[in-house]
Amino acid sequence: MAIVTPPPADAAVRVTDLCTAFGTQVVLKAVNLQVVRGEILVVLGRSGTGKSVLLRHLIGLQAPDSGTIQVLGQDLIGLAEGPLNEVRKKVGFVFQNAALYDSLTVVENVEFPLKYHRALAPAERREQAMAILERVEMADAAGKLPTDISGGMRKRVGLARAMALEPELMLYDEPTAGLDPITAGEISDLILKLQSERAMSSIVVTHDMLNAELISDRVALLDQGAIVFEGKFAEMKDSDHPVVALFLHKSQGTKDPAS
Amino acid sequence: MEAKTEGAGGTGLMLPFLEWFGELGAFTVRLARASFSRPFHFRELLEQMYEVGTRSLPLVVLASASTGIVLSLQTRESLVRFGAKALLPVVITLTILKESGPIITALMVCGRVGAGIGAQLGSMKVTEQIDAMEASAVNAFRLLVVTRVLACILMLPLLTVVADCSGILVGWLANTLVEHVSLSRFLADGFKGVTFQDFLPSTARTMIFGFIIGLIGCFQGMRTTGGTEGVARSATSAVVLSSLFVILADVGLVRLIQVLWPS
Repeated sequence: MAIVTPPPADAAVRVTDLCTAFGTQVVLKAVNLQVVRGEILVVLGRSGTGKSVLLRHLIGLQAPDSGTIQVLGQDLIGLAEGPLNEVRKKVGFVFQNAALYDSLTVVENVEFPLKYHRALAPAERREQAMAILERVEMADAAGKLPTDISGGMRKRVGLARAMALEPELMLYDEPTAGLDPITAGEISDLILKLQSERAMSSIVVTHDMLNAELISDRVALLDQGAIVFEGKFAEMKDSDHPVVALFLHKSQGTKDPAS
Repeated sequence: MEAKTEGAGGTGLMLPFLEWFGELGAFTVRLARASFSRPFHFRELLEQMYEVGTRSLPLVVLASASTGIVLSLQTRESLVRFGAKALLPVVITLTILKESGPIITALMVCGRVGAGIGAQLGSMKVTEQIDAMEASAVNAFRLLVVTRVLACILMLPLLTVVADCSGILVGWLANTLVEHVSLSRFLADGFKGVTFQDFLPSTARTMIFGFIIGLIGCFQGMRTTGGTEGVARSATSAVVLSSLFVILADVGLVRLIQVLWPS
């Protein structure tokens, strides 16, 4: 198993011995993970392996049973609302189904974080939101409601909203799930474009291997609540871990290597 | 950081019942704390007051007017039978001011606003919109729950006053169709023995009804799970439970008013 451990001083995210269970179902067991500042880490894994739960821990939406989480130098466990929100302002979260506010228009969705965290006049706020929508090529749909746009467009708007406060860390929950290959490719390109424009760190949770290959600096494979591989995408092929091999073969549509 | 919820593993009927009350208690404490801490979302509060007040107005006026007609027709018959027809205006006025105005308003708002809050917050919960707010460092509880509960508390007495006026006026109209009485005479007779003690405590108690409607609607909405079916369940339970608690609270409050402000 190839393990690339970044220097601790550069870590934007550091997760140590993270454990979470829902009743008797153990979701995460002793997960250790680090993300270097400026890199894109892709967390791969089958559905239901706790990838989204891991992301929710990183933004404080859910408390783990044990372990430590450090995000942008701040320990999240037991953190009060005020300091936690200070961390959240530096983190952008792109939800799997975009989670757009359905009573607000596209531009109002992007304005939402600006409204509460930036002292801007309404016209200035609108201007900033439109500039962000331009970056994700959604300015034309600014006045539409989320119910009136396609899934791919919703993902773009979700991304724009997450970018509104110019975060230092981006968390993407299945950014290409449910999209056709062309739209998924566009979203991957967009993630890379935004990453190149700003010196951010990103964690992308996905089971889309093509997306992972395209955007990752490093990948981590989560299986049954534990990281079973961590390294460059190209190094996955050399891994002798059975789950890694199975994941690679299944994603390529070939037969199970064990059979 | 919100603690994760676990599935209720209790058997029997008592445990979920007690769990529900325990969660409601914790929710109420959280609401009390959030109501007195910054930031206050005045703009959202005004929007919710418009939603609860202005949009409920036609329904409340119509329901109260219907009650006024029924009250006038039914009471008239009984009073004629006992030779006390002259008491009709005061009976209608007192009944509407002390009971039917407040309770009809509260039950109408339970149906319209309670269901709306339950469904809206429930839908926001299952589509992760509430998580998205929290992830944007905006306290969803303060923005969504505190403003809705406060709007219900503030608007219920105002709606009740309108309902009272509507009920009394339509009560007069129904009465005058049978036997002509001028409005000024009807009002003079109706308010002859009525004091502020008859009006104020009865109207002020609707603030508690408003609190119940807002609290139950928000509570059921915020604990929604299970997709569309869960949203429907939350909306229905918000109406049923808030109506039930309003009626139960009414029993206690009427007695309390009688003790504190005896006629």
